[in-house]
Amino acid sequence: MLNIKNLHVKLEEEDKQILKGINLSIGAGEVHAVMGPNGSGKSTLAYVLSGRGGYEVTEGSAELQGQDILAMEPEERAAAGLFQAFQYPVEIPGVGNMTFLRTAVNAQRKARGEEEMSAGEFLKVIRAKAKDLQIDAEMLKRPVNVGFSGGEKKRNEILQMTMLEPKMCILDETDSGLDVDAMRLVSDGVNALRDAGRSFLVITHYQRLLDHIKPDVVHIIADGRVVKTGGPELALEIEHNGYADILAEVS
Amino acid sequence: MSVANPKADTTAARLNALTMPTGGWSEPARRDALTRVQAMGLPHRRDEYWRYTTPDSLNAPEAPSAAVFDDDEAPLFSAHDRLKLVFVDGVFDPAQSDDLSHAGVEIGRLADASDLHWARDLYGVLEARGQVPVARPLAALNTAFATDGVLIRATGTPERPVSLVYLHSDPESDATLHHVIRVEAGASLTVMEHGPAAARLNKVMEVDVADNGAFHHIRAQGRDHERRAVTHMFARLGSESVFKSFTLTVNGVLTRNECVIELTGDDAVAHVAGAAVGDGDFHHDDTVFITHDAMNCESRQVFKKVLRNGATGVFQGKILVKQQAQKTDGYQISQALLLDGDSVFLAKPELEIYADDVACSHGSTTGAIDETALFYLRSRGVPRADAEDLLVLSFLAEAMAEIEDPVIASDLTTRLEGWLARRR
Ligand SMILES: Nc1ncnc2c1ncn2[C@@H]1O[C@H](COP(=O)(O)OP(=O)(O)OP(=O)(O)O)[C@@H](O)[C@H]1O
Ligand SMILES: [Mg+2]
Repeated sequence: MLNIKNLHVKLEEEDKQILKGINLSIGAGEVHAVMGPNGSGKSTLAYVLSGRGGYEVTEGSAELQGQDILAMEPEERAAAGLFQAFQYPVEIPGVGNMTFLRTAVNAQRKARGEEEMSAGEFLKVIRAKAKDLQIDAEMLKRPVNVGFSGGEKKRNEILQMTMLEPKMCILDETDSGLDVDAMRLVSDGVNALRDAGRSFLVITHYQRLLDHIKPDVVHIIADGRVVKTGGPELALEIEHNGYADILAEVS
Repeated sequence: MSVANPKADTTAARLNALTMPTGGWSEPARRDALTRVQAMGLPHRRDEYWRYTTPDSLNAPEAPSAAVFDDDEAPLFSAHDRLKLVFVDGVFDPAQSDDLSHAGVEIGRLADASDLHWARDLYGVLEARGQVPVARPLAALNTAFATDGVLIRATGTPERPVSLVYLHSDPESDATLHHVIRVEAGASLTVMEHGPAAARLNKVMEVDVADNGAFHHIRAQGRDHERRAVTHMFARLGSESVFKSFTLTVNGVLTRNECVIELTGDDAVAHVAGAAVGDGDFHHDDTVFITHDAMNCESRQVFKKVLRNGATGVFQGKILVKQQAQKTDGYQISQALLLDGDSVFLAKPELEIYADDVACSHGSTTGAIDETALFYLRSRGVPRADAEDLLVLSFLAEAMAEIEDPVIASDLTTRLEGWLARRR
């Protein structure tokens, strides 16, 4: 599904190398967790994949189902099936949540040469999905993320994901800011989407989320590199011992 | 040897080219206005409130010509049930207009109305009041030389709004329109205006809202790229009265909209808002002066401009709170969204407060498209151009939200969307 090879990324504005040769390969239907100390480059990796400006790829490649996504515009990557649930979702006053989502769903469909969703059908689908995530109708009408609590913003990200039905989902600290119940709702939402044709890259600091969303593989990123890859037990080890042992081991 | 006095020369040149309509009930008011113009002189770039907008083309004896634009959009407000009064190049056209009789309202034509004492008490009167402390010579010029306009007196609540339609057909036309509106105590009136009007338009609207009266005003200035307009609204508000005015401006090489409001009765409310979008030669100036002269009044100014391709936006807005105007609630925001580095926004927000128990806030910002928001939208699959349009509309949303009628709001939003779509 997603193949990242020797990815080197620096900041466009300054001479600062952030990713220093990331290798990561996620098969169809797999869930990979990414953990690592603050500032190690996890969000940067997610942003570079989804196409945010400000970064420069100096070496390496990233392919989504064989397509070179780094050469694509952000909207093309989205239409190709990539989705990032952001660590800090943006507030957009004046743009209605529903208007935005319907525009997005139909833009992707159009880009893929599929038929657009009618207003009626869209409404029916979004109501059902919002209900599962306990997002009320009033929230759907509000401007995108404006006045949403931290946890509501994260649930809204997952709502967008379920509406857009991407193939490769990147979740950047979706668990932070969620209370215990919301974490279960969100995890249920994610698990409901798991299938053989869809993969996940779940960035998190806590084992807790991985109790709900069981990963196949866990990667540790430190200082812009994947320093260790293992099974779910790796997350447990970090939960208990922190990163010190692993970092000492690899240096 | 004579000392060069460009202001006096400009004024003399303009006045020489004009003939004052004589003989009617308005003649004394016109003569007074002429005296005011002569005393003030026409505006000059060195005048404090004309530093950002060059008045030359508004002062010139001849109107610079403006091509008539072939507007391919559906006519505005056509679905609205309204009393339509049509002006072509600034001249009332009875053939295209509805019958002036209308329940709840008296309507006369300035050019031929017999002596209406209520209009005589207002014509040029509110304009003259609005000359202090800032001179507005083009408004006095209008009072002296206006050739047409309507006198509207609302005594009840007419079922239909009055819709003033300004058609432009002669590329050399120079229109001077003066409307006088009186909303009687407890009455309510909505006036809609739209269209380019002429190559050059000088328009004054005097609005007197008595106690508990309500006046709503919606305006869409025409799409003609080369048209010029200087407009003044002078409003006086009685206690517990409401005045709400919204203006959409799309294109026009020069627009100067002045709005001068006096809150003279307690608990009155005045809202003035505008959304303006333009590119290239587009120069758009909102100049607002709100005087709080009574207790517990509310005023609100919301002005947003989207500027592209070297366009210029100007905002000069003042809130003056007099000593007795305690519990004043004043709000003013002026913002520009610059879609490129060539466009400019010049803002002069002012507060002058003599009362001690007031809540006044004002803010002015200039910014570009928010890249973070743009990326967020694109990351969900919205193509760049659509995402930018969404953000432009979202920027204008606070101003558009000032329009109370949802049908009108959606009509005007469609105009904005059209403007954006044509710039793809
Ligand atoms: N646009 C930027 N400007 C300046 N520094 C940046 C920028 N983006 C990332 N960095 C720096 O790059 C490093 C990696 O940041 P990144 O956000 O990818 O870390 P992270 O692993 O997601 O951290 P956390 O666990 O705290 O979310 C940090 O030192 C960060 O300050
Ligand atoms: Mg991060």
